[in-house]
Amino acid sequence: MNTSLRAGRRRRKTTAALFLTPFYVLFIATMIVPIGYAIWLSLFTEKTSGLGFGGTRRVFTGLGNYADALGDDKFRDGFIAIGLYCLLYIPIMVGAALVLALLLDSALARARRFFQLALFLPHAVPGIIAALIWVYLYTPGLSPIIDLLESGGLHWDFLASDTALFSIVNIATWEWIGYNMIIFYAALQAIPREVVEAATVDGAGPVRIAVSVKIPMIRAAVAMTMLFTIIGSLQLFTEPSILSDANPAVGSSWTPNMYAYSAAFRANDFGLAAAASVLLAVFAAALSFGVTRLSSGRRTA
Amino acid sequence: MSTTVQHPGEHSGGAAADAPAPTPARTGRPARRPRAKGRATEALMSRIAVNGALVLATLYMLLPLAWLLIAATKDMGGLFGGDGFAFDGFHFTENVKAVNNESDGIYWRWYLNSLLYAGVGAAVGSFVSVLAGYAFDKFDFPGKEKLFGGVLLGVLVPTTAVALPLYLLASKVGLVNTFWAVFIPVIVNPFGVYLARVFSAGYIPGEVLEAARMDGAGEIRTFRSVALPMMMPGFVTIFLFQFTAIWNNFFLPLVMLSDQKLYPVSLGLYSWNTNAHASPEFYPLVITGSLMAVVPLVVAFVSLQRHWRSGLSAGSVK
Repeated sequence: MNTSLRAGRRRRKTTAALFLTPFYVLFIATMIVPIGYAIWLSLFTEKTSGLGFGGTRRVFTGLGNYADALGDDKFRDGFIAIGLYCLLYIPIMVGAALVLALLLDSALARARRFFQLALFLPHAVPGIIAALIWVYLYTPGLSPIIDLLESGGLHWDFLASDTALFSIVNIATWEWIGYNMIIFYAALQAIPREVVEAATVDGAGPVRIAVSVKIPMIRAAVAMTMLFTIIGSLQLFTEPSILSDANPAVGSSWTPNMYAYSAAFRANDFGLAAAASVLLAVFAAALSFGVTRLSSGRRTA
Repeated sequence: MSTTVQHPGEHSGGAAADAPAPTPARTGRPARRPRAKGRATEALMSRIAVNGALVLATLYMLLPLAWLLIAATKDMGGLFGGDGFAFDGFHFTENVKAVNNESDGIYWRWYLNSLLYAGVGAAVGSFVSVLAGYAFDKFDFPGKEKLFGGVLLGVLVPTTAVALPLYLLASKVGLVNTFWAVFIPVIVNPFGVYLARVFSAGYIPGEVLEAARMDGAGEIRTFRSVALPMMMPGFVTIFLFQFTAIWNNFFLPLVMLSDQKLYPVSLGLYSWNTNAHASPEFYPLVITGSLMAVVPLVVAFVSLQRHWRSGLSAGSVK
């Protein structure tokens, strides 16, 4: 009996290894190895030899590429652009998603299933297509929105240099509000009804209940959303790339990711591109570590 | 007001004293006390405000899609003149024909590629995730939580930050500009493993597995004929999210592919849009092509509502 039990346990360990192998083989091949290789590549640079006729050879530069990237205003400006973007985007998107979830969770909302589906639908639209639709809606001549504003006597240039940030934030907000609203709504639905009832009995109004009962209870979901939103923002690429075709103010290295892309494909400087990618990944990892520490610390406090 | 409660039995004495009868106040508007009429108006106003705000948000979400739908029925003249939200002639079939004819029907080649990348990729990927998630949930082995921590770390690494390193690696091993350069990386889905573990814990009671083992079924047989069918709803959820992510993926194919014949729809539309600046006759192509690329996803999300809801709630209730 005992031996057969032990045999069963050993068999289960073997099965576990068998079941985990496909995932980890792929995980290592497509995440760990490329990052390792990028770190390796980032230590070298291509030097044209002689007059440039002899082709290029690879030279070790240590942290030279990192110094180049960090010393480049364009790369630093990318982080500043992302920072400004986050300052505008996160309060608007997360705030709106939270408000909509609370409205949907309130007793007064009708047709909840319809609203959930309608609000979620933009998430089913590929990011590139969402960006295309909106850029067309920003283009004078094509856009009914601009016509509408004009007929109301308002002039708004979505493609000016000082409105670019807003235009990008709007596209991302449109894509992500519904997704995050569903997450918040699911968390709100999981709040025990007795808690809300007790607050009602104590005479708290719906707004008061939302602010001091419901929001604190879904803090974990909000913190998670913030984390994923920041990580997503750091990778910003599609929307500004599409917009950069229509708006010269959004240059080809507007975000760090665009910087890395143009280093690789416009300048063919793989060392610099690798260094920029590694810096971006490290920054993202550090930031998400910080955010998780902060939010879990607050939860235990 | 959040008193849409359906457990009147759980009302405590305090609530019962306040309300005349323990009827569940469905509308959050218990008719009591003298100023009931003022309260009724107030409740009506709040209901209008709440639903009005939801309607406004819905308009914001749906109007761009409505515009896409209407714009796909217009020719060049209609697109650049007239009212964007009004129909102006019906040129949808002509637009589809133009899409078909462009570069010998390359659009449908892209469509087929997208179906292969997303359909096969998500099917294989979800299966790999379900295997791993099931193993994490149902088996004990040394270093389990450490390994799972690696998975969670994978969720946090930005996918586009890995795309460029992947390109550098793929060009080293000669896989750049091949089907596999896009297909292999998109199979990996750490978040799917996380979801699969949650679903496995929720859907498969341990006793069922014990019973199967007692009956002499091996581990693989148990998984195939007992566990996998029970996890099917979770499998569909993971598949749906992964399918969407791959269908929508743009950066990886952009980096990896230069042969137009390997493009997915997203990248193909991007290249058409780049052409449109010089030759505006591409605008109707981009618009009509975009509409046709959005349709399968919208259909999937409308018909599989239960699945994405459960997937998102599993992600939020940690």
